[in-house]
Amino acid sequence: MCTLEKRGVLFLLTLTGDGEHRFHPDTIATILSLLEQAKSQSTRGSILITTANGKFFSNGFDLAWAQTAGSKTGAANRLHQMVESFKPVVAALLDLPMPTIAALNGHAAAAGLMLALSHDYVFMRKDRGVLYMSEVDIGLSMPDYFSALVRAKIGTSAARRELLLSGKKIRGEEAVGFGIVDSAAYDSEEGVVEASVRLGEKLAAKKWSGEVYASIRKSLYPELCGILGLEARVFATPKL
Amino acid sequence: MCSLEKRDRLFILKLTGDGEHRLNPNLLDSLRSTINQIRSDPSSSQSVLITTSDGKFFSNGYDLALAESNPSLSVVMDAKLRSLVADLISLPMPTIAAVTGHASAAGCILAMSHDYVLMRRDRGFLYMSELDIELIVPAWFMAVIRGKIGSPAARRDVMLTAAKVTADVGVKMGIVDSAYGSATETVEAAIKLGEEIVQRGGDGHVYGKMRESLLREVLIHTIGEYESGSSVVRSTGSKL
Repeated sequence: MCTLEKRGVLFLLTLTGDGEHRFHPDTIATILSLLEQAKSQSTRGSILITTANGKFFSNGFDLAWAQTAGSKTGAANRLHQMVESFKPVVAALLDLPMPTIAALNGHAAAAGLMLALSHDYVFMRKDRGVLYMSEVDIGLSMPDYFSALVRAKIGTSAARRELLLSGKKIRGEEAVGFGIVDSAAYDSEEGVVEASVRLGEKLAAKKWSGEVYASIRKSLYPELCGILGLEARVFATPKL
Repeated sequence: MCSLEKRDRLFILKLTGDGEHRLNPNLLDSLRSTINQIRSDPSSSQSVLITTSDGKFFSNGYDLALAESNPSLSVVMDAKLRSLVADLISLPMPTIAAVTGHASAAGCILAMSHDYVLMRRDRGFLYMSELDIELIVPAWFMAVIRGKIGSPAARRDVMLTAAKVTADVGVKMGIVDSAYGSATETVEAAIKLGEEIVQRGGDGHVYGKMRESLLREVLIHTIGEYESGSSVVRSTGSKL
């Protein structure tokens, strides 16, 4: 369901297979463990690129699994379980001691879009894939850390409204206009990944300290870090 | 260290000499006392402050060599700059930074602590260098960054790529108000802008209170919740 490959300085995390890459508790646990692995192997100049195969980056939580609980309460409990277990994934990405890039091969919805937004940079395709917060359409409430992530990463009131309140399905160029993604100049899966690799290599060449990078990153998002229970750590002496 | 010139209703504060204008305790004390002098001037509430510098640098930040030789001075310099920025935020007159040289780290924060940032486009850059030199970014710096840079992507570029932001890029990012062909043109434009503002009239005391209110988060981080609150509560003698 999910693999971590090392290609030189790049860690490539891939949601594998042709499906919707829905986040079932097992998927979430695997992603978390792979992120921990990347963190433990990180050095100066490490980079994480997250991507997926096929038509979807991820369509969010595995709601079908929640439904098979057999009762309304059971379904609600399962959904709650997924919401709670996904929170450490967002925290792990914010805490990761290396720059992170989400290379969106296709659709990113709900928790899938949250996974993308948890990265420092987001690239998507021009010709395929939409960004979609489905919650307003399917009557699901938003976890507090989802809204905090949207507030942290998306700056304008109009963009936040269109994404969260209008349930807009946002395509590449519009996503760039809204400031949700950094670029949508690519018309293939390979194109998005290549652009991510190019950016990754450029950032890797700086050989920044991962600990310093993660600390500064967290200080950019104090509200979100507060909700996730992440503290920015103070570190030692500067290079003069 | 620094000089003060009065041209009609304009106070022109200049960081003098050809060096890096490192914000060491002496320069910070000199700047604070000059700002106090400006504040106590009878014409202050109908005036404008322009801050500029000689040479290649606006300011290259804290005196890190000094801090290395005497670590307790880091705390001293940080405290003095916090007070200076709080003084600038409460100053009863509009403030313009005419950036004619490099402004790095604490120096960049100083420039950004002005209401208007005018900058030369032919040389020099704004540079939050902390990621590159592995320096702690104080939480109050991040409050200034959040207060003055609106776009999440721009904040990320400034803090997480240690971007060397030239004037035209700064204008696009919303950090710089306008860019000019040379140092002389930049200062001339600042003077022209200052004169236009003076022409508009208005009460500097009211202006200062408005600014404190707008940048309340920064004030809280620089001088604390209680102090910042009490200054907002002071009567402005509003015209009704």
